Amino acid sequence: MKLTLKIWRQGGEYKKGQFVNYQLDQVSEHMSFLEMLYVLNEQLISQGKEPVAFEHDCREGICGACSMVINGHAHGPLQGTTACQLHMRFFRDGQTVTIEPFRAKSFPVIKDLVVDRSAFDRIIQAGGYVSVGTGQAQDANAIPVEKDQSSMAFDAAACIGCGACVAACPNASAMLFVSAKVSHLTLLPQGKVEAKKRVLSMVRQMDLEGFGNCSNVTACEAECPKGISVENIARMNREYLASVFSSEED
Amino acid sequence: MQLNGNIPEGSLAEKWTRYRSTVSLVAPNNKMRIEVIVVGSGLAGASAAASLGELGYKVKCFTYHDSPRRAHSIAAQGGINAAKNYRNDGDSVYRLFYDTIKGGDYRSREANVYRLAEVSAAIIDQAVAQGVPFAREYGGLLDNRSFGGVQVSRTFYARGQTGQQLLLGAYQALSRQIALGAVEMYNRHEMLDVVLADGKARGIIARNLVTGELERHGAHAVVLATGGYGNVFYLSTNAMNCNVTAAWRVVRKGALMANPCFTQIHPTCIPVSGDYQSKLTLMSESLRNDGRVWVPKKQEDAQAIRESRKTALEIAEEDRDYFLERRYPAFGNLVPRDVASRAAKTACDEGLGVAPTGLAVYLDFASAIERYGRSKANTLGIHNPDKATIIRLGEEVVSEKYGNLFEMYEKITGENPYKMPMKIYPAVHYTMGGLWVDYNLETNIPGLFATGECNFSDHGANRLGASALMQGLADGYFVLPYTIGNFLSNDIRTPKIDPNRQEFLDAEKQTQERIDKLMNLGGKQSIESFHRRLGRIMWDYCGMSRNAEGLQKARGMILELREEFYRDAFVPGSANDFNPELEKALRVADYFEMGELMILDALNRKESCGGHFREEYQDEGGEAKRDDENYAYVAAGEYKGWEEEPVLHREDLVFENVELKTRSYK
Repeated sequence: MKLTLKIWRQGGEYKKGQFVNYQLDQVSEHMSFLEMLYVLNEQLISQGKEPVAFEHDCREGICGACSMVINGHAHGPLQGTTACQLHMRFFRDGQTVTIEPFRAKSFPVIKDLVVDRSAFDRIIQAGGYVSVGTGQAQDANAIPVEKDQSSMAFDAAACIGCGACVAACPNASAMLFVSAKVSHLTLLPQGKVEAKKRVLSMVRQMDLEGFGNCSNVTACEAECPKGISVENIARMNREYLASVFSSEED
Repeated sequence: MQLNGNIPEGSLAEKWTRYRSTVSLVAPNNKMRIEVIVVGSGLAGASAAASLGELGYKVKCFTYHDSPRRAHSIAAQGGINAAKNYRNDGDSVYRLFYDTIKGGDYRSREANVYRLAEVSAAIIDQAVAQGVPFAREYGGLLDNRSFGGVQVSRTFYARGQTGQQLLLGAYQALSRQIALGAVEMYNRHEMLDVVLADGKARGIIARNLVTGELERHGAHAVVLATGGYGNVFYLSTNAMNCNVTAAWRVVRKGALMANPCFTQIHPTCIPVSGDYQSKLTLMSESLRNDGRVWVPKKQEDAQAIRESRKTALEIAEEDRDYFLERRYPAFGNLVPRDVASRAAKTACDEGLGVAPTGLAVYLDFASAIERYGRSKANTLGIHNPDKATIIRLGEEVVSEKYGNLFEMYEKITGENPYKMPMKIYPAVHYTMGGLWVDYNLETNIPGLFATGECNFSDHGANRLGASALMQGLADGYFVLPYTIGNFLSNDIRTPKIDPNRQEFLDAEKQTQERIDKLMNLGGKQSIESFHRRLGRIMWDYCGMSRNAEGLQKARGMILELREEFYRDAFVPGSANDFNPELEKALRVADYFEMGELMILDALNRKESCGGHFREEYQDEGGEAKRDDENYAYVAAGEYKGWEEEPVLHREDLVFENVELKTRSYK
């Protein structure tokens, strides 16, 4: 099939960006979306031009590196799918495909479709862990965990940290990401001990990073490639309120 | 060069305990002044950096990713082994050790493997304490499953995302140390050289991938946890950015690369569909717990399927050849990876392949769905269930076990694997070979350590499933933190390493020259196209089966291709900017040299063992023929540059506890 690609090109954070159109003639429906971009880049390189910079790595939908908005949707039109797992059979001959980076104040553009998501790392560093040093653990079966509870924790822990939730949100809020980690650890006995401190300090860091507030649009859940539920946000809000009122810290 | 594994004295079961109790320590007040560089943030790197930080060392950790959480350990699906014996099925440290030695076709060190088995149980404890949500049973205790090459259930798993959950555990432990200031994290930095001073590894040259700037970093010791070299083959299950450059650069400085020809071809991957393809997708080995592997018995059926005139469902039961169950009745579909891969290749070579390319076999869940469906109906009290109910219930059970893998398969191929058997074919997955290290995980360069997939130490000629996660975490959490003290305790009087020393300036200059050379190639062909061609040569001649003639030919082809690369490749953009093409060029340049060394090692090893199958050395049944008399050694390659032949050094493997037998899964 033939496609027109309308791609955001930007030299760097403080450089002006713009859409540039490219024609691609021989796209096979079996290609993955990123393989299609490789074909484009090969074409650009053969013309002595600079290829489109985009981030990708595992190509299995798990590392969370890919970060592009395709036709208005983070990771593209297919639900529950990262850009790297999207295949060209979901596009039509003659279609125009718009590709742009995840846009948010807290995710500055590095180049073209590549953005800086280190804010997420700093939020995890603020408390997204259990404070257990190597060698301090008791036997793994010492604390039984109810299967359903463990399964709920897993659903939250499945977050890949890609940032699609932020890109999808009109407020560029990171609530889904943060609440997924808060839920994962709060739901497990191992994470309960630090639960109060954790939620306060992760939310504080989230605000410092300049992410917006949640206004219950729920676009984050709709566009999350891993189907992380907004129930996590509700859980985090409960945890946060409980912590604020019972905390002795300011 | 005499290679000394530095294996401690004592009986196998005592070695590690005694070593731990007697190894030199570094006092806490000295640790604060000692710096350690860890390159890589996957399971081996993140766990090492976090644990060293906890001990009080000043750690700098480097990754080329935008975040340590993206390392390719995250993509490991199936599980992690541990000798917990929670199933009461006869597992023990010795049995895990024995299975691993045997699975590796008797080409690994007894002492290292035993230590791995010994610390395996503590890894599970550690991960659970970190909040890793392993699969559980209704009683709230941990669940297990089986993996290839073993007869016990010792694999712990977290759905089909065990690697993700374990890596997030290590990443979170690392994040905690970053927050505490014990670890300084360098994201988007790629190590391009190691710096040696007075014969010891004292730092690295790293490129800031955003600005293109070269940076000099000094430390008392350097740990490489930079993964394997599977991407030499271009098409593999590795992530796109996995590369050998960090490891190869230390080889260029005198470190030895051990057993480079030992590469693992994983039997269950989604087959190649076209020339544009740049990545292959693994389907977890856990699927072989329930999936049955088959091809049609008759060539005409296979041909009809290839030409889309028939489907798998139209092949009657008696016309199917469940070739693994037939050839290896004791282990059936759960034979080790090397055995399963070769059997699939043999079937396809006989014209029985089922994809249009001729290169695919079926992995069929129909009988598992039926079996689970009946059992579930029974549990629910449904007597005489009809076929539709059985299948519905069975599909639910299968979905609970493998749902995400089935979904992934359908997304990629467009076919529903609940209804139509999966098509699979072997693909490059893991590299058992790697930097030569002794019992301390130290390379032959003092102060330079290698952990995880980037060393050669534990898997011999073939790695068993669910053992990579085990080894990466064992090295990082429980081995390196002790063994590095052995080196650092002699360095407590060494002041902070000054990155302005001449050795650093020289290494930086050499790196800059390498970059300039690539930026100025001025040719026409893309870096990607060279990588693709190199991969094709490696796969055709140094892949699932190898022979002397082919290997000789491949070596010549690689040297020609390398010459063409330096004449006609083209790197667009600038070196002082974010430039993925330059990153690729630096890596592909190293693949040519690594590929050549792999071929020479494959030529040298005139036997078949594990993942290394030399066509000249097989028995009448087509099984690998090992030569323990002449090849029970580690071949460690010393690279001497383009003009000279590499030198292969030997470390003889001594087996005091296991008897070398022909590996049989029949």
